[in-house]
Parts: sequence; C-alpha cells; structure tokens
Amino acid sequence: MVAPAMIDIRHVFKTFRRGDSVVEALRDFNLNIEKCEIVAIIGPSGCGKSTLLNIIAGLYAPSKGRVVYKGSPVTDVNTDVGYMTQKDNLLPWRNVRDNIAFPLELAGINKTEREARVGAAIKQVDLDGFETRFPTELSGGMRKRACLARMMLYGAETALLDEPFAALDAQLKLAMHDLLLRLAADTRQTVVFVTHDLMEAVTLADRVIVCTRRPAMIALEQKIYLPRPRDVLNVRFTNEFKELYDSLWERLRVEYQEERV
Amino acid sequence: MTSLDDKLENLAVETPKETGGVGMVLWQTTLGLAILFVWQGVSGRLVDNFFISNPIDVGRRLLGWTLDGSIFVHLWATVYATSVGFALGAVVGAVLGIWLGISPFASRLLNPYLNALNALPKVALAPLFVLWFGLGIESKIALAAVLVLFLVFLNTFAGVRQVDQDLIDGARLMRATRMQVITKVIVPSALSWLFAGLRVSVPYALIGAVLGEMIASNRGLGYLVQFSGAQFDTAGVFAVLIVIALLAMALNFVVDIVQNRMERWRIVSR
Repeated sequence: MVAPAMIDIRHVFKTFRRGDSVVEALRDFNLNIEKCEIVAIIGPSGCGKSTLLNIIAGLYAPSKGRVVYKGSPVTDVNTDVGYMTQKDNLLPWRNVRDNIAFPLELAGINKTEREARVGAAIKQVDLDGFETRFPTELSGGMRKRACLARMMLYGAETALLDEPFAALDAQLKLAMHDLLLRLAADTRQTVVFVTHDLMEAVTLADRVIVCTRRPAMIALEQKIYLPRPRDVLNVRFTNEFKELYDSLWERLRVEYQEERV
Repeated sequence: MTSLDDKLENLAVETPKETGGVGMVLWQTTLGLAILFVWQGVSGRLVDNFFISNPIDVGRRLLGWTLDGSIFVHLWATVYATSVGFALGAVVGAVLGIWLGISPFASRLLNPYLNALNALPKVALAPLFVLWFGLGIESKIALAAVLVLFLVFLNTFAGVRQVDQDLIDGARLMRATRMQVITKVIVPSALSWLFAGLRVSVPYALIGAVLGEMIASNRGLGYLVQFSGAQFDTAGVFAVLIVIALLAMALNFVVDIVQNRMERWRIVSR
C-alpha cells in the first residue's frame, strides 16, 4: 500500500470572470508532490503560478478538478500549510517582533516562550536590531525575511513560497537558501516554491516544474538528482549542476520561443 | 529607514507655518481689539443697542455670571451632556460599525433603514427624546449621542470594509479563530477610520447638547441663550455665545492633543 501523496493536484482548472472579461489561469493541471519533496515551479510572469499556490492553500476554489492534501480534498483554508505570499502580508500596525510572534500569539503560547522563539527566529533571518521597526520602515527584502521567520514559527508541515527571495541581494539570497534547506531538512518539511530564477530552482529543488504561458500547463518536468544535504555555495560549481542547468535552460529557451510564435 | 523620522520632522516644520509666528499673533490681537472698538462705537449711534448690545455690557454680564457662579451650572450641564453623549454615541457607533462591517447579511438587511435614518435630520428627533427622557439632561445626552453615533458608525463601517483581504487570509491560514480575526486583524485595521470618525463628531456632540437644551430644559448653555433671547437680553445672548465658542475651542484643543499623541501611530499604520 503506497501512502497518499502529500499534495495531489488533479485536473485543476481555474478561470476568473470579472464582468465580460474571462481569464483562464490554469488548464488541466496535474501534479503529485511527495512528503519532504522540494518542488520549484518556474514560468513566465502572470502565468498562473500564484493561483496554483492559492488553490493549494485553499484560498481559491478550483473551477474544475480538485486538490487532495494528505488524502483529503481541500475545501476550506488549508491550515496545514505555511504560505508566504508574493506581496508581504505583515500587519502594518505591528512591529517586526510582534508580527513574527503573531502565529504563536494566535496559538495561545505564553509570553516567555514566545519571546525566546521569536528572538531565535529573528537571528536566523538576520533581522537583529530591527525588532521594533514597523513594516513600512523596512525594505522589501527585510519584509520578506520577516514573513519567512513568521512562517518558520508557525511550523507548518508544508511551506508554500511565492517568489520568496526575489527582492534579496545575492549574498543574502544564498544565506536564505541555506536556511531554507536546513529548516526543510530538520523539520522534514514539504516545500513548493514559485520562482523566476532558474539557478535558485536548481539549487534548492528536487524537481523543477516549468509552466507554459497562461493558461498554465506543465511544459516540462525535471528531476534534480543532486545529493542532499546540498552546499548552496558550492553546488553550482559542480558539473552535475552545470549539466542540469544547461539542459533546462536550453529547453526553457525553446519553450518560450515556441510560445512567442 | 529614517522615513518615520523624516515625516515627524516635516510635521514639526509645518506646524509653526500654519499657526503663524509671534508677529501674526500680534496682528490677530489687533484685529480683535479693532472689532471690539468698532462694535462699541457703532452701538447706540448707528445701530440700536437693542440689536447688537455692546462689548462693555457683554463683558459686565460675563463677569457677573462668573462672580456669582451661575454660569458654571449651565456650563457644566452642557459639558456633561456633550461628553456623555459623545461617549455613548461613539461606543454604540463603533460596535454597530464593526458588527455590520463583518456581517454581510445584517448590513444588507438593515441597509435601507440605515439610509433612511441617516438621511433624517437627527435634530428632528429632539421632541421624541423629550417625550421619552423628559426635560432633564437625558434627552440632551440622547440627541448628542445620536448625532455622534451615525458619524462614528459610517466611518467604522467603511474602515471595516476596507480591511485588506490578504491580511485576513493570512491570519486564517495561521489558524486564527473568527474571534481572533476580528480582534487582531479587523478592529486594529479599522482603528484609524474609527479615530477619524471620532474626531469629526466632537463638534456634533456639542451641537446636539446645545440644541437639546434650547428646545426644552431648565439649564445648560443652550437654555441660557434661549432664555436670554426670550427676555430681549441681547447682552446675555452675546455673552452665552462667547462662552459656547470658548467651549468649542477647548474641545477642539483636547481633540488636537489626543490626535497629536496618535500621530506617530497613524503614520506608522499607513
């Protein structure tokens, strides 16, 4: 008996209607994600990748088809996932520390434990010294890191990340990649992330899914056979990495050229 | 990173420009004295004293009321009705605004009735309040409260409707209960709208109290201005008007202080 997949996306269609305009975001999307797997989803912007994450999180209902999470269909907000949206959704009236503490506060965890865990998380995402700043006083990258710390503390078994590191500079991005891989390994987390960055996708993922232009369908799928644990700094200089990257890049280029015709 | 400091600094720079420097205060005082002087000169010569009285009589009246303490009874009655009416209207308005804001069914159900009530000039309710609550201070409180209630309600309702759906979704994904969504996301998010409603409704509380006193009562500044008028006591009417104007300015001053304290929070919450 095979255990059910962590996330099973079955023939999912999603069409948005507003007045006369109809936008088809997803068409017959099928994807199986195993427990502890890290999956990267790449595709042109506006192709429906965020819509897919929203459907997994249960914020949108699919127009047709369904998402089965650990054997049961997602019909309401899926509280088993931690979701880091593309637009950061920090509470503007709370400072960094209180924002990161929010999930613990909701769960009714006492103040002492809360402060200890929040302090540790702030260190991990390198936001020391900004605890009492408000979101409007932070840069885009800092807000993203605050969201990441908050998601860490929520401690969901699955993490959905929508372009989590797009606003970060190169060094910080590497540090965050490293953090993400270590956390995912430590907590045996399943991770689905959307990105534009092929380098990031190959560095982090077990599997890369390339989507077509809207409506999003799977154009190609590539297993990344790089061993774990991975050293995010050096993995990109190995030959295996280079081969995977080049072959994916070649196929991406062809894919996008075909789209344009 | 210094954006907040910059904003606060800009505020500090702008404030003196608005109120004017010492020179402007001097000009303002001169204008006030000139008006009093012309008023005194015109009265009894160009215009009958009966219509416009004169500053000396008005000043004497104010002094007399202050010395025998009678003005304070009326002042206190008005301040009391204004503040209790304000507090009552603010609480009911805020609660109603939040409740209807989060309950689409209730807001759709009550929508036509609320529109009708809102369109109704609230002062027309005054006779009803006199019937219900009598000639005492309660009917003045009720009138002030009703005026405040609608302003605060409409602002709070708009604020709750404006809450960013992404923030609500985010909280729900982190296992927030419905109650937690309300107390930790919706209410704090609507707070700046609620404060805006409170600020604009302060003068209306005073209007409600004074109007209620004018219609039927035996104390309060509204009663006193009505009574003086009925006695053909022009100096008395002007004297009460001055007291009401001073009270209104004092209320605005209190509101400004409270708002300045909140300024940092408001900038930050934008």
